[in-house]
Order: sequence, then structure tokens, then C-alpha cells
Amino acid sequence: MKTLLTTSLLALTLAGAAQAEGKLSIYHWFEYIPQELLDKFAAEYDVEVTMDTFDSNEALLAALKAGRLGSYDVAVPGDYMVDILKQEGMLDSFTPEELPNHGNIEDRWLDVAFDPGRTSSIPYQWGSTSFAVNREVYDGTADSLGLIFAPPPELAGKINVLDTSGETLTLASLYLGIPQCSADRAQLKALNDLVMGAKAEWASFGSDVAKDVLVSGDAAAGMIWSGFSAKARAEGAPIEYVFPKEGMIVWMDNVVLLKDAPNRDNALKFMNFLLEPENAAAVTNYAQYSAGVKGVSEFLAPEVANSPESNPPSDVTGVFVQPCPQEVQVMYDAIWTNLKK
Amino acid sequence: MAGAAPQGASAGSDIYRGNGPRLLLPVWLWVGIFLVAPVLIMAVYSVLTKEFRGGVIWDFTLAAYDQFFLDRGLFGDEPPRIEWTYIGIFWRSIWQAGLATVLCLLIGFPTAWFIATRPARVRSVWLFLITIPYWVNLLIRTVSMKFLIRDTGPLNEFLLWAGIIDTPLALVNTNFAVQLGLFYSYLPFMVLPIYAAVERYDFSLSEAAADLYADSWTTLRLIILPVVKPGIVAGCILVFVPSLGAFLAPELLGGAKTFMIGSLIEEQFKGAAGNWPFGAAASMILLSIVMAVLLLHARAQTKGDRT
Repeated sequence: MKTLLTTSLLALTLAGAAQAEGKLSIYHWFEYIPQELLDKFAAEYDVEVTMDTFDSNEALLAALKAGRLGSYDVAVPGDYMVDILKQEGMLDSFTPEELPNHGNIEDRWLDVAFDPGRTSSIPYQWGSTSFAVNREVYDGTADSLGLIFAPPPELAGKINVLDTSGETLTLASLYLGIPQCSADRAQLKALNDLVMGAKAEWASFGSDVAKDVLVSGDAAAGMIWSGFSAKARAEGAPIEYVFPKEGMIVWMDNVVLLKDAPNRDNALKFMNFLLEPENAAAVTNYAQYSAGVKGVSEFLAPEVANSPESNPPSDVTGVFVQPCPQEVQVMYDAIWTNLKK
Repeated sequence: MAGAAPQGASAGSDIYRGNGPRLLLPVWLWVGIFLVAPVLIMAVYSVLTKEFRGGVIWDFTLAAYDQFFLDRGLFGDEPPRIEWTYIGIFWRSIWQAGLATVLCLLIGFPTAWFIATRPARVRSVWLFLITIPYWVNLLIRTVSMKFLIRDTGPLNEFLLWAGIIDTPLALVNTNFAVQLGLFYSYLPFMVLPIYAAVERYDFSLSEAAADLYADSWTTLRLIILPVVKPGIVAGCILVFVPSLGAFLAPELLGGAKTFMIGSLIEEQFKGAAGNWPFGAAASMILLSIVMAVLLLHARAQTKGDRT
């Protein structure tokens, strides 16, 4: 299914494409940009836009490694994947002068560890990864990752977890209070035992269905990204997004300029376009995350600006997922395989 | 191709003389590009060193096969034992594919028999009905199956309404659901070849058997089954092989809780593991199993032809 979704080519042939000046080829997450915004860019700059989609950072990396580098202009990797793509030499860089709107990047997202000074990437959206719980099924206290990893009877057997080892094992590590990329034997053993024990209470593993299973009621609790949770509630799921006391994952997706971009100029125009507050807000209104761009608030729909997901309490801690070194990653892979064997 | 020439049936056949290799070129190109080259690439990748986060380093190693068959503990420093993890995943997939094949045969054979024994005009209608659902994309059909059997789906609603059950049957995310999905996906691949075989069956053979006091069970066993066997074998292969690599049904209906061969391999290329040589090695092992099945079939076929 993942493969099908990924390969389902979203060929967005636009009106007047035949006469378009240039082209722009985007490699993007599924369900993450409103069509109207692509149309607006195409009309404003007379550019023919095409877009393919992926469903995980690792799938993006795999596609670029397998020879797609050079066919896309921009992609939208998450924080740690920007770091990895940079290490792999897959990113081009630009000067702030090439992006007139570079100054619109919020100060706190300017000097990020994965791209200091923002020379290869710009903020797209940021949000959190935690879980949501169906309040008609469970009405007790919801403030802990224990609802997923040591669930109460009401939720047992009705939990969906994300089908990516990075997110699921990071949340499990937060629950246990062990550091990410730990190579400590006792800690890894505890992590392995925790997920192996919890699996009996989990109904399914799924990332692209994370929202749908909550809406349909197949799952009564599920790990989910903040914007997806807000969308699920808008679609009628009686759910609450939980900010766990143990902490949650914070992430930021970024538009990067790829190396060997066939249409570098249009890529920069597109990045500059996305840094316009009005356009960044259009993405936020659609995806229901947060923009990382100055001046978006006046363009935001009130239900998005005021949603619980967009307004975490000040005492909740969020961590970025760390890319682990190879010798440690092997052990996390082994735990994941063990979990699904 | 050259077979027509010795008979000298027509002057036109001369143009084929001596042109055999050239006329076979498209076939060889097809086999070379779509069969030999991909398998060779896979074979080569399976003995290369893995590059961290996907990709390969051009150094020969058997590490991928070692990982498949030998277990050295979570930290890689224990004495090697047999690794049951991947063998277990393969066995589960083979078992599920086998069960799906048996189920398809049990339902598919009577279905094909029924259709083949209808009057010729009605037969095409029945065949049409069998194929109609398959005009719809497999993904859509699998998701629809999930809608049907979920806790709040029509099946459970009906059973609750009829008072047959008190609480909804938990069908989604079970092995039963996976089997149902495989069975539903591949049933026509069983029905159609068996139908083709039964349609050619000469029913006077059955009458002759009855005249010689064979009961219907004996007729089925000694007369019908041997005659339609090629259709059954073809149907079984057509169901077994795609079921073995199926990942839609396990992921959507089974909840992706356990790796199938297909999802294990996918994880090596698209997941965090990024271990291309291991994915290639697992694919080679899968290919070997499928080849073994097909070779057994081919041998059984040639034996059958000789007798």
C-alpha cells in the first residue's frame, strides 16, 4: 500500500501548461500542500509544476539514492533528514540574497542545528508527534505515553502505532526516560522488552492510515502527527490530542534545494513564494501545523490558530529525532525487526 | 518457426530460412532486459557491502546471507546460532500463500465446474460476472473489504441486528482477514484456468465411467481430475506466487503487525534499516523458492506429457 501511494504519480498538469515558461518538479509528502497554492504559483510565475509524493523521510532518501537526484528541484525532508541529505552531499546551497524573503524566517528557526543560517533549506511546517485518544472510549486522565505503551483495559487491543521505527522507538524511549541513540545494553534491553510487551495490546501498525483508523473507530487511540489529529477531529473523530508528561517528538519539515536541480531558478522562486506570509498561512490552514514564518497569524483560519494541537502547554517538552550513528542504528533496526517478526 | 520450411508448404516460408536467430531477437531482448538483467543486478547487490542508510559499497561480502541465516545476538558478539527470525517470516508467508491456494481451489474448482457445464451462451455471462470485480483496482478492493468487515461495518451491523451476536466480531487486523483478502484477490486466477480445462473435458468419458459402474467419487478421482490437472496446477501457481509476495492484504487487513516477505524486503529499501544487500539477498532467496516450485511443476508436466 505504501508503495502504491508513493508511486501514485500526482501529475499536476496545469492550465496553460503548454505555453508555460519553465518547469518545477517537487518531491513532497502526501496530502501536504493545497492544490490552489500550486495553481497560484504556476499562474504567477508561468511555470509548469509537477509533483511526486513520498510517505516517509527514509523513502525520500531511498528514492534520491536510487537515482532520482537530478530529476527534482525541491524536496521536503524532515529535520534530521536535512542533516542526512547534507552529509550525503545531496543539497545545493543559496545565499540569503537569492531569496528576498529570507528575512521572513522566524528567528528561532534560522540557526537550526540541521542547517545553520539556513543556506540550503527554509521552514515548511513544524509540529509534533504524539498520540490521540478517543474520549468516548476512554475518559480517564490522558497525560502519559503509558496509554500507548502500558494501556488501560479500555484501550487494550485498540491502538494504532506509526509504522516507522524512528517515531515509535523514540516515543518508547521517551516513555522509559532513556536517551535517544542509546547504546547502553540495559537500556536497549528495556526498550526491546517494552515494545515487545506492548505489542500484544496494539491492533495495527500504520502511518498513512493513522488518521483514518481514528475517524472510522478501528482504533481508539493512535500515535499521530499533530495536524493529522486536528484533521481527524474535524472529520468527526471524538479525539483529544495528548501532550505527554514524558515529552513528545517535535519536528520541522523543510523545503530544500536539491543538488543538480534542473530548474534551480524556479526552485528558488518557489521557496521565496512559500516564505510569503500569505502562502505559508495557506499551507498551515490546509495541513494544520505551524509555519515558522513571520507574519502568518493574520492569514490563519481561527479554528487552525486556536486548535489544541497548535497550542501546546508551555510545560511540555519536545525533542527532535536524532539520526543515530551506524553501529547504534543496527541495534534499533534489530529491535524493530524483532518486534515485527 | 522454422518448422514450416521442411514441409515446403508455401514459397513465402522461405523468407524465414536462416533468419531464426534474428527473428528471435525480440524475445531475447525481452528476456534479457526484463528477466536476466534485474535478477543479475539483484544477485550482485546481495553480495556487496551495505552502505549506511541505503546504497552499496563495491566490496564483496556474504554478510547479507550471514544475517539471514545466523543469529549473533542483539549486540552481534554472541556465538552464531541459527537465525529463526527470517526463516519464520518466510515460513509464515509460505503458509499463508499455501492456505490461500487451498481455499481458492476448494471454492474455485466447483465454481469453474459449474460455469463450464452451463449452456454455451450463459457461460460467457458467468465468466463476465467473475471478472467484473477485477476491473477495480486491487487497493480499492482491499480497502472495501476492510470497510465490510470492520467492527462498525455492514457485516457486523447485520449480525448484531439479526441477534446472532451480542458484540461485534473482531475481524479486522486478524489472520482471518488476511486470508479473506488473499482469497478474494486471487480467486479468479484459480477459476479461469480450471474453467479452460473443464471446458475441453469430454463428458462422454463420465458417461462411460458410469456405464462401467463407477460411482461419482471414483469418476472424479480417476477420470476428471487427471484430465483437468494442468488447469488445477496452473491455477495453484497463479494464486500461490502472487500471494507469497502480497503485502496489501497483510498491511491493510492484517494491520501490518508482522512482516511478510514483501514488507520485510520493502523495509530494507524504504525503511530506516536501509540495508539494500540484505533486501537483495532476501529477494534472491524468495526467487529460489519460487523457481523451485516452478521447476517441480515443469518436471511434473513433462512426465505427464510422456505418459
